[in-house]
Amino acid sequence: MFLYTKDAPKGDLRKTYGETLIELGRKDPKLCVVDGDLSTSTKTAMFGKEFPERFFNVGIDEQNLIGIASGLAYDKDRTVFASSFAMFLTGRPWEIIRQHVGYNDLPVKLVATHAGITVGPDGASHQMNEDIAIMRAIPNMKVIVPADNHILKKILYKAYETPGAFYIRLSREKFPVVYPEDVEFELGRGFILKEGKDITIVAIGLMVSHALDAASILKENYGIDAEVIDPVSVKPIDGELIAQSAQKTGKVVTIEEHSIIGGLGDAVISALAEKYPVLVKKIGIPDTYGESGTAIELLRKFELMPEQLAGNIYKWLNSSK
Amino acid sequence: MNPTKSIEELKELARKVRIETIKSIYLAGSGHPGGSLSITDILVALYFGGYVNVDPQNPYKPDRDRVILSKGHAAPSFYAVLALKGFFDKELLYTLRKLGSPLQGHVSRKHTPGVEASTGSLGQGLSIALGMALKRRLDNLDYKVFCLLSDGELQEGMTWEAIMTAKHFNAKGLIAIIDNNNIQLDDFVTKVNSGIYPIEDKFKASGWHTITIDGHDFSQILKALDEAVKISEEKPVAIRAITVKGKGVSYMENTPAWHGKAPDREKFIEAMKELGVSDKEIEEFLTKYDR
Repeated sequence: MFLYTKDAPKGDLRKTYGETLIELGRKDPKLCVVDGDLSTSTKTAMFGKEFPERFFNVGIDEQNLIGIASGLAYDKDRTVFASSFAMFLTGRPWEIIRQHVGYNDLPVKLVATHAGITVGPDGASHQMNEDIAIMRAIPNMKVIVPADNHILKKILYKAYETPGAFYIRLSREKFPVVYPEDVEFELGRGFILKEGKDITIVAIGLMVSHALDAASILKENYGIDAEVIDPVSVKPIDGELIAQSAQKTGKVVTIEEHSIIGGLGDAVISALAEKYPVLVKKIGIPDTYGESGTAIELLRKFELMPEQLAGNIYKWLNSSK
Repeated sequence: MNPTKSIEELKELARKVRIETIKSIYLAGSGHPGGSLSITDILVALYFGGYVNVDPQNPYKPDRDRVILSKGHAAPSFYAVLALKGFFDKELLYTLRKLGSPLQGHVSRKHTPGVEASTGSLGQGLSIALGMALKRRLDNLDYKVFCLLSDGELQEGMTWEAIMTAKHFNAKGLIAIIDNNNIQLDDFVTKVNSGIYPIEDKFKASGWHTITIDGHDFSQILKALDEAVKISEEKPVAIRAITVKGKGVSYMENTPAWHGKAPDREKFIEAMKELGVSDKEIEEFLTKYDR
């Protein structure tokens, strides 16, 4: 069912976002898009070119961006996609998102690009490692992190069809293709991408392909049979699927290109604590800031490359026996 | 515009709104009387002077005029106006701020018919209003969007983002009314952060038409609204309404301490008397509703 191989082709999530916006815009003449002077990077400019009257580039004022998107959406008869980089779409206007989009559950679909450390050379100011934490804390907000462009397209359609607030997290980097084009996405339903019996690895975003590679290394080098799960949606999270896997394997590792505080790891721990408590190791960005470097250099610095993940998981398994 | 009520009738309605405002805050034991009283005459002019076309039976009709209470803490007088307009039963006013009440401490569209945007966190309303004005164009409608701001919230940067952007998008039908009572929570605005002044020059420089009035003089309010409604079809309009915080209750007037506290029983009775409520009515009210 899943396409991923070590040499999988890469898919451009941002381009898929721009193309899907145009599809949705053709389907729904009421759909609007709001961006804040980053439309050529987020790819909302593709929508703006075809539907200039329904595209609002508000400039560098993200609080106003969320305010205008909310004003367009308050009657709930127009779906609004709002985009910027993750730092500026969620960090700067957080309280305005909470007050309008969240509190009133408006049909505003927040799609951020350039999340995580893989934004690279721009450095810590642009490396948003806390967005999942702050967005999942907002009541009504759904938080979704696609692992590739194929599932992203399905997520965007689902967000469009589902009433209320969404946060969808994309990155600057192209991701290896994990899913077939006809993958089906259901809110709150995760996927077991590889079955295993010794440990459960739960990963999101770019870390899904890294987790699959790490699982291969664990098998080859250490004879460890890891199960790999992509929950896709961090909120609501598929706690049932993760707990069932934990029941089988007895230990869980979470991997995310995000702070280990408040992100996927904590969402998984919360779900497991209620259903089937086991030892959990959170892997991600520690409680610190990034720095300038290429995406690969930074992934290596934070030990998020497949061979590093496999080695650290093996070490943890041994130390926690 | 054809005001549906005479100035004398509007004054009488404003007196009733002030009475209900103080009653509801007194029963709630908390709330913001100062800023509720300073915006009362403007609210009454908007809703009863023929400027806001709304149907209480169908509060979210697509072509209705919108009123965004960006200064969401003026909820008590706004609720009183909505009740008198027929959006809900007047009795509900006496549940203000109580658990389970549809009348939240700061206005909430989720809870109260007639409310357009959930506010209370200052500085956000004008962006919402701008979004609604842009929607008007997309929907091919001609409704007006009135946004009621406090002077203090002009200190919020987001307000200026919206002011700047309104002209850029050539928003039509957008009218901001600034309740310039010159008092915020801590002290007088001129003492806390006087940088909001000069208000008119700043709006003008951003491409807005401005009008300055006495916000308690109905003839000036009505004239300004007539002008604003007309000119807002060309460019956004800001009305700076110079007002008195706590207007109508003399011990509250122009006093920062009455920004956000409820009167005790003695002070409540004093306010009622000044607003022309008879001893008998006060006694009946207290017997029926007071804890």
